[in-house]
Amino acid sequence: MKYNVKILRRERGGSSSFFDTFCYSSDNNADTVAAMLTALNFRDELLDINGEKKRPIEWECSCLQKKCGACAMVINGRPCLACDAVLSALGSKITVEPLRKFPVICDLTVDRSIMFENLKNLRLWLRSDADINDKCYSLNYESSECIGCGCCLEICPNFYAGGKFFGMAAVPLTMRLLTESEIKECKDTAKLYAKHIFAGCGKSLSCKNVCPKGIDTEKLLVNANAAAVWGKRIK
Amino acid sequence: MTERYVNIIGAGLSGLSAAVTLSRKGIHTNLISLQPSERAQSVLAEGGINGALDTMGENDTVSEHFNDTMKGGCYLESESAVRLLTENAPEVILELYRLGTPFNNENGKLSLRNFGGQKKKRTAFAKSSTGKMIMTALIDEVRKYEAQGFVQRYPHHELVGINVSHGQLRDITVKDIYTGEFYSFGGCTILCVGGLNGFFEGMTTGTTQNTGNAAALAFNAGVRFANLEFIQYHPTTVQISGKRMLVSEAARGEGGRLYAVKKSGEPYYFMEEKYPELGNLMPRDVVSREMYFVTHSSEYGGEVFLDMTSLSEEIWQNKLSDLRKEIISYMKLDPKTAPVPVSPGIHFFMGGIRVNDRHETNIKGLLAAGEAACKYHGANRLGGNSMLGAVYGGKTAAETAEKYADPSEKICLSQYNESVSSPSIRTKLRDILLGGLGIVRSENEIRQMIDKLNGLLSREDLSEIDKMRIELGLAMAESAYARKESRGAHFRSDFPSSSEKFRKISVVSYKNGERILKFISAESEGE
Ligand SMILES: Cc1cc2nc3c(=O)[nH]c(=O)nc-3n(C[C@H](O)[C@H](O)[C@H](O)COP(=O)(O)OP(=O)(O)OC[C@H]3O[C@@H](n4cnc5c(N)ncnc54)[C@H](O)[C@@H]3O)c2cc1C
Ligand code: FES
Repeated sequence: MKYNVKILRRERGGSSSFFDTFCYSSDNNADTVAAMLTALNFRDELLDINGEKKRPIEWECSCLQKKCGACAMVINGRPCLACDAVLSALGSKITVEPLRKFPVICDLTVDRSIMFENLKNLRLWLRSDADINDKCYSLNYESSECIGCGCCLEICPNFYAGGKFFGMAAVPLTMRLLTESEIKECKDTAKLYAKHIFAGCGKSLSCKNVCPKGIDTEKLLVNANAAAVWGKRIK
Repeated sequence: MTERYVNIIGAGLSGLSAAVTLSRKGIHTNLISLQPSERAQSVLAEGGINGALDTMGENDTVSEHFNDTMKGGCYLESESAVRLLTENAPEVILELYRLGTPFNNENGKLSLRNFGGQKKKRTAFAKSSTGKMIMTALIDEVRKYEAQGFVQRYPHHELVGINVSHGQLRDITVKDIYTGEFYSFGGCTILCVGGLNGFFEGMTTGTTQNTGNAAALAFNAGVRFANLEFIQYHPTTVQISGKRMLVSEAARGEGGRLYAVKKSGEPYYFMEEKYPELGNLMPRDVVSREMYFVTHSSEYGGEVFLDMTSLSEEIWQNKLSDLRKEIISYMKLDPKTAPVPVSPGIHFFMGGIRVNDRHETNIKGLLAAGEAACKYHGANRLGGNSMLGAVYGGKTAAETAEKYADPSEKICLSQYNESVSSPSIRTKLRDILLGGLGIVRSENEIRQMIDKLNGLLSREDLSEIDKMRIELGLAMAESAYARKESRGAHFRSDFPSSSEKFRKISVVSYKNGERILKFISAESEGE
């Protein structure tokens, strides 16, 4: 199948973005956007549809199997993982853009460090040895599955980088901490959660169906709110 | 008081373990990695981590773990190192549990599963995403030390230079990939840069991040490498878009069976028939080789299948749910109801930077740990021993590094001559290496590989880093050539048996533009 791929690009240090369009053919029905980007960059000469020479496309990847979150981008308008976006399911015209909520470094690479900073600001670490009982094992496990890709932040109407509201990306690890510790040990985190997540969340739950890991964001949110804001025991 | 620093390159399991250990000692670390920890290869680890915790009523002991590791590795590691690893294994796992890894357990007692090359249940696991679960716990712990100011992360930084003089590390050069700026960091450094996946781009189960460039830099700076001929082909992998995807050994640990199809259409459970004691759970080198032979025989259909259809609902739900999801997602096939066609794929590198029991390299002030280091696994690594080696190795390296820690000197370089590797040279290098470093090797193939590598090296259009990569590639090829025997993951069709003469590690150093290869006793740490 032949694909016409429009990629939103930006020079390193630049402030304006522009589209480049490439042709890509593949007879492998399982080929993903990640495989396509790799193949384009491996071409001896990368030419766009007008035959003009272009520099390689910058993007981030690592695991190529939905386990690390590196390759999150916006494909045909939807935030998702490039290694999970199968070309044949996307149609012959494909638009690939960087996540829009984060500063663009170059092309499809964005700086998501704010997500990790926010986790630090919430003081997400154990204060004493973990105690995961059977009752909250599955909640703990599901929370630990978050790959920190940022798709949930991209789709959220309330999140912007550097804002007071930290967004869904900080909920799983808060939940994780709460399933492992006594609430009295992490009162400071609970307070910070109330301020930086609970207070800013408009409950639109647009993040509900976007998580590439299929994490039940609503369930985690409800449980984290119950424990951190209302002091309910989850253990 | 002046703060003392250690640089850690790589933020996977071994790098994080080193950072935690140093922070607890009050030593500061610069934790430098191409991408954040959440994206390191360690998050891909699935099946589990080994330690003789003996929670399953099988009377398991540390000495059996020691024996299995030595035997699986065909006695190519020092006994003292493996003894330390296996003795410390239970505590490593319990510490990870205390840090909040959701290991499968019954009322707090850890469940253990069977893994290859081991008769007793010894592998602690968190369903089939053990690496991800351990990493999440360790990242949380490191975050605490980041907040306390002990760990300074450099999460989009690449190691691009290692400066050694007179056998001593002077400094390292690091590039901020986002800004394009270069920095030099003085002081002691631990290399936790993972395995040599990047030499086999697109053909391994690992990550694209471990390009192998850091290893190539180290080799060319005079760091001694060992056992480079030993490359682990994992028996059960499948090709997906852009890479080999692993079907964890846990599938066989929980009862999955391998079979080929006879001409008559009947299944041939070759592992069970040939190896009645361990069957499908023989060490990986043996299983991959048997798969190679069975698929190259005209008596069978040329394919091998992994049959998991008889596994219980309980196993699918509580132990292998992630694996099933993954197979359905990438193969459009439900392993609960249909056998999965599998074939061996490159998975792990036993060879790497040679370190002593304290994880020091031959260069003073430079240490290594994790898959980057050649330690513990000999000629063939047992499943579950790698995460153990990474966590324990990172900790040991950190304990040694404490004495080298110095006030840090970070200098922004106004100019640096960066060398960039070319995709087409990388592909050529990969294809040449694949031609000579398969599961079954012959002198003829290896010689051709060496000739082609020399040809590639003589090209005039090579960048400096590509030259360094080819030098390290040649070191792999020449190690395979020199080992005229079969042992562990290195099988020579022209020398199909092991030879006592070669019960030694192959050590390669690069000096004055030449590669020097020696075989030395695994017990010996010096030249
Ligand atoms: C699919 C899969 C499943 C596995 N399952 C198991 C299992 O069940 N049990 C087990 O014991 N083992 C398993 N392994 C092996 C094990 O996961 C790895 O060997 C181990 O996690 C390696 O950890 P590490 O710290 O050495 O390196 P990694 O986790 O690979 O981390 C390497 C780090 O180095 C950084 N880096 C690399 N190059 C540079 C550079 N030039 N500059 C700066 N930073 C750099 C990377 O960014 C990264 O942070 C598995 C491996 C794979 C691929
Ligand atoms: S590359 Fe890891 S999630 Fe896509």
